[in-house]
Amino acid sequence: MIMEGDPFLVIEGMTIAAITVGATKGYIYVRSEYPHAVEAMNAAIAAAKRGGYLGTNIGGTTQSFDLEVRVGAGAYVCGEETSLLESLEGRRGIVRAKPPLPAHHGLFGKPTVINNVLSFAAIPFILAEGAKAYADFGMGRSRGTMPIQLAGNIRYGGLFETAFGVTLGELVDDIGGGTFTGRPVRAVQVGGPLGAYFPRALFDTPFDYEAFAARDGLIGHGGIVVFDDSVDMRKQARFAMEFCAVESCGKCTPCRIGSTRGVETIEKIMRRERVTENLALVEDLCNTMKFGSLCALGGFTPYPVLSALKHFREDFVPAPTTLQAAE
Amino acid sequence: MSLIEEVDLGTPRSKSETMVTLTIDGKQVSVPEGTSIMRAAMEAGHQIPKLCATDMVDAFGSCRLCLVEIEGRAGTPASCTTPVMPGLVVHTQTERLKTLRKGVMELYISDHPLDCLTCGANGDCELQDMAGAVGLRDVRYGYEGENHVFAKSNSEVNAAWMPKDESNPYFTYDPSKCIVCSRCVRACEEVQGTFALTISGRGFDSRVSPGMSESFLGSECVSCGACVQACPTATLTEKSVIEIGQPEHSVVTTCAYCGVGCAFKAEMRGEEVVRMVPYKDGKANRGHSCVKGRFAWGYTNHKERILKPMIRERIEDPWREVSWDEAFSFAATKMRGIQKKYGRDAIGGITSSRCTNEETYLVQKLIRAGFGNNNVDTCARVCHSPTGYGLATTFGTSAGTQDFDSVEETDVVVVIGANPASAHPVFASRLKKRLRQGAKLIVIDPRRTEMVESPHVKALHLPLMPGTNVAVMTALAHVIVTEGLVNEAFVRERCDWSEFEEWAAFVAQPNNSPEATAILTGVDPKVLREAARTYATGGNGAIYYGLGVTEHSQGSTTVMAIANLAMATGNIGRPGVGVNPLRGQNNVQGSCDMGSFPHELPGYRHIAGDAVREQFEALWNVKLNPEPGLRIPNMFDAAVEGTFMGLYVQGEDILQSDPNTSHVVAALSAMECVIVHDLFLNETANYAHVFLPGSSFLEKDGTFTNAERRIQRVRKVVTPKNGMADWEVTIGLAKAMGFEMNYNHPSEIMDEIAALTPTFAGVSYAKLEELGSVQWPCNEKAPEGTPVMHIDGFVRGKGKFVVTEYVATDERTGPRYPLLLTTGRILSQYNVGAQTRRTENVVWHAEDRLEIHPHDAEQRGVRDGDWVRLKSRAGETTLRAEITDRVAPGVVYTTFHHPDTQANVITTDYSDWATNCPEYKVTAVQVSPSNGPSDWQKAYDAQARHSRRIAPAEAAE
Repeated sequence: MIMEGDPFLVIEGMTIAAITVGATKGYIYVRSEYPHAVEAMNAAIAAAKRGGYLGTNIGGTTQSFDLEVRVGAGAYVCGEETSLLESLEGRRGIVRAKPPLPAHHGLFGKPTVINNVLSFAAIPFILAEGAKAYADFGMGRSRGTMPIQLAGNIRYGGLFETAFGVTLGELVDDIGGGTFTGRPVRAVQVGGPLGAYFPRALFDTPFDYEAFAARDGLIGHGGIVVFDDSVDMRKQARFAMEFCAVESCGKCTPCRIGSTRGVETIEKIMRRERVTENLALVEDLCNTMKFGSLCALGGFTPYPVLSALKHFREDFVPAPTTLQAAE
Repeated sequence: MSLIEEVDLGTPRSKSETMVTLTIDGKQVSVPEGTSIMRAAMEAGHQIPKLCATDMVDAFGSCRLCLVEIEGRAGTPASCTTPVMPGLVVHTQTERLKTLRKGVMELYISDHPLDCLTCGANGDCELQDMAGAVGLRDVRYGYEGENHVFAKSNSEVNAAWMPKDESNPYFTYDPSKCIVCSRCVRACEEVQGTFALTISGRGFDSRVSPGMSESFLGSECVSCGACVQACPTATLTEKSVIEIGQPEHSVVTTCAYCGVGCAFKAEMRGEEVVRMVPYKDGKANRGHSCVKGRFAWGYTNHKERILKPMIRERIEDPWREVSWDEAFSFAATKMRGIQKKYGRDAIGGITSSRCTNEETYLVQKLIRAGFGNNNVDTCARVCHSPTGYGLATTFGTSAGTQDFDSVEETDVVVVIGANPASAHPVFASRLKKRLRQGAKLIVIDPRRTEMVESPHVKALHLPLMPGTNVAVMTALAHVIVTEGLVNEAFVRERCDWSEFEEWAAFVAQPNNSPEATAILTGVDPKVLREAARTYATGGNGAIYYGLGVTEHSQGSTTVMAIANLAMATGNIGRPGVGVNPLRGQNNVQGSCDMGSFPHELPGYRHIAGDAVREQFEALWNVKLNPEPGLRIPNMFDAAVEGTFMGLYVQGEDILQSDPNTSHVVAALSAMECVIVHDLFLNETANYAHVFLPGSSFLEKDGTFTNAERRIQRVRKVVTPKNGMADWEVTIGLAKAMGFEMNYNHPSEIMDEIAALTPTFAGVSYAKLEELGSVQWPCNEKAPEGTPVMHIDGFVRGKGKFVVTEYVATDERTGPRYPLLLTTGRILSQYNVGAQTRRTENVVWHAEDRLEIHPHDAEQRGVRDGDWVRLKSRAGETTLRAEITDRVAPGVVYTTFHHPDTQANVITTDYSDWATNCPEYKVTAVQVSPSNGPSDWQKAYDAQARHSRRIAPAEAAE
């Protein structure tokens, strides 16, 4: 929305970043699914060039910086910084091993600053108002504001920007107004498709990186998806693995094979096959993926799976069958 | 003997000189900065499990088996991608790592067949090794899930399964066994530089794919074998291994194809070769290979190989198989008879650039000391004799100035008249690697060669008209001199200043400018100026050249012009620069070193020099003739004249490889005794009276010297199939002629060479055993050899500038012959093809074709694939046309690998003014549509068939 609504904010942020590190060329990588953002950014870049705010001698200074929009073909993993670089270079979007970090060896082998829109868009405010003004928002080590998307089964969905520190309960119940169906909220997935599922019991968690991490969750891109009590968490766990299988770049083994095996094993659990053994296997697999994967796609897929297993175990383990009296 | 196991250290060597010390599993380890933790651990003797890492390519970090824990750092970083840091404390085996590795292996095996016992890689499978290393005991996922393993899954067709690709004649691709480690893809990119392989699909659908899901044979794959070598499983496996099984012992030896001199491990089972694997410690090839050395050794077992000596009175007679003794005595009687009848100088011999140094030395010794004349020459006459002359004149040595490693420090590479991608493929790969790192490339060649079109390489191409090399080189010099780009400090210190001044004044003349010469050369003056500036100012500049330089009427002039450029720009005497002839044959450098030229004793010393000659006379105990003998073309002329009547040819097919075939036929037909010593009844043998069967490089001990002057061992792995190594055959012939040579082993021959040749004084088999190889000069001053020459000054003293006036060849185009033919090679075939035509390599190149520009083809009504008649003033042949714009209008091109084409029927008698090296590269021709072989081809074929008859053995009584 920033890119569509105020693209100059991004341009200004990137220009400041570029001058800071001495970069002369910037790229904005946008998925093809956001054509309006692409159009708005291109128009803004053209306008900025006309106005002398991009190109050589920006604003009459000796500084030069040029920007270019590159449209990605829609691979989720190309949001990962190193596969984004590969894609920008015209290669298959697969993850690079780090080190070397992009700051040392990035796009076309050159030192590269790579950030999301959020960070660049925050820069003009910080420079205009001062670091303290920015840091006055938020809590703990999570400073400033965060755009939060309330979605799923929620009465008042939408995009909100607020300072870090608000609790999950406040977000879902007070701002979001509970579920759209009116049924009780059972689970909330925070941080995108790879975020953990939190039950009501964790609604006191403040929206803060460290606080979420302490409860095996993550803030991610600030997306919140609400589910009511009709949700089957086995399906949600399976979906996480399936998402990973569909979006995996295929480079590292835990993600490439593990996600497919994860789907299959959760399906076995759904069919009530050797549930105890397969639950242990899913947990082992999540361990392998979390610590063995090359990037966050495979590494974070265990969050939704393990949180579903941890907080909603009753969905996975069959209810104890009533013992039949021996005859 | 056992299998030589080369420890794969996982990641490439770091070149840093700064050492870093860290602790790995409680051990202090010091390694160069930039080394991976994996390699550091491996060097310390701790093998970290790995599958995607191999030291031939950069770390990739995909298999996730090599994870380690580092004290004070979170997580489990991959040891292959994590560089060492001072003071790190690394643990390679912890409970956490054990669990993770087992988890990863369990995933791998859940999508892999369990047919280990019947698998081609059984006993040589890294996946199997790793399953063992991590203690995998169970695969809890089962085998019913999605997989690439079974053609049918749950009684339905499995769309993910792919059948084996057996299209390549030498290896198979079995996708069901692939673990998608990308080692093959990376080897194709990083080692070979062809980029034929990729991964298609993503996630679980990721597959190794030649091109756009083509077959290996149908793709851009050049069958270098790097992918097969890199593959950790049976996915890419040599067909010979599938058929025979794993080798049990191996021996390091040297390839017998081109002048790169790749070191190979001959991996054996008993006396059967299972496969040839490039040896990582080979300093010429650094573990890489091409389709010829890696796979095309099947000719050594080919059914057409002749294993028994044969004789006949007349070439019209069928051959008669006889004992070695009878063959020797028949040959000796004939040769001595000729000398009695026509004089001592009426016989001679030709040494082989395919044979070992020791064998070559013996042949020239037999001729000089046994025949009593100096009628010895070698096939270098027809390839690099101008190099010898040109570089000796300017620098003082007849050889390239660098080692191949030098290319890693080059900034600007000039390739002139050479297509290393075809003719010196392993060097080409090393060069391309450097180019992809950013070095610049200038190609001077009439054709747009594979070097010009190499992926991720931008070449500055100067497409000159054949025959105008000197004009182009002088124009380059013109730019360097007139634009003030000369390295004056270097020239003043190292070269003769007054000769330089004279040269500089000459090249600066306006008629030598790029603009003035463009009309002759066809080269855009702007491009030429850019090339000159780039070479002169772009950092380390190195020139590599091939037969496109030497095989001209001004071959020697061009070599000297190249030397002039290198001296003027100071590009001599350190790593990364130099003047480097790419020598065609495995031992052409060695055969020249060994005194194969009529005027030179071993070590390039003139036969007329009394002191040197007397040394040889003393050791050989015979009086030598101080007069230089006949060169090959002189021998042919003398034969036609009736004064040269007997010839001993070891391992060279002069009929097919020398120019103007009709003249060669006339000469051979006139001789009374032609002795051919070869593996096969080659084309020359059609005119021979004695056939002595030769032994292949697998069947004998010796040494080859490659293009970088590197002397490397050839080691016997198979008993000679013909019963005798070639050096023993020469001794046998000499003895029958009354000249005794007593050696028990080729090492004794090398000792004699070392005793008589100052540049070889330090060479011995013991030293080669110890160092692997040495580059001459190897003597007291340089006991470990000389990788780079002329470091502190030129061998001849001051570098000599030679004025190089362009003189057009007498071979001119005109109305009857309007096109210029130039010849060259193709990757899959080697030289006259005697070996490669007898291997599966023919699938890539079954016949020679004539490349012709669409414009010239159109004018003549020639379509792609049509038969055309190729006619020159010397002769005519027919072959099929290939229409391509790789050649410029007015230029046609063909290869000379097939005797039924006989490209050399077309080439003429013109030759280099200094050395008689034939002008193969320029012939005026006409091309016209044709409907079949020429009369000459038919007659030739009939004669060859007739001549190759072997009389059936007589029944025992």
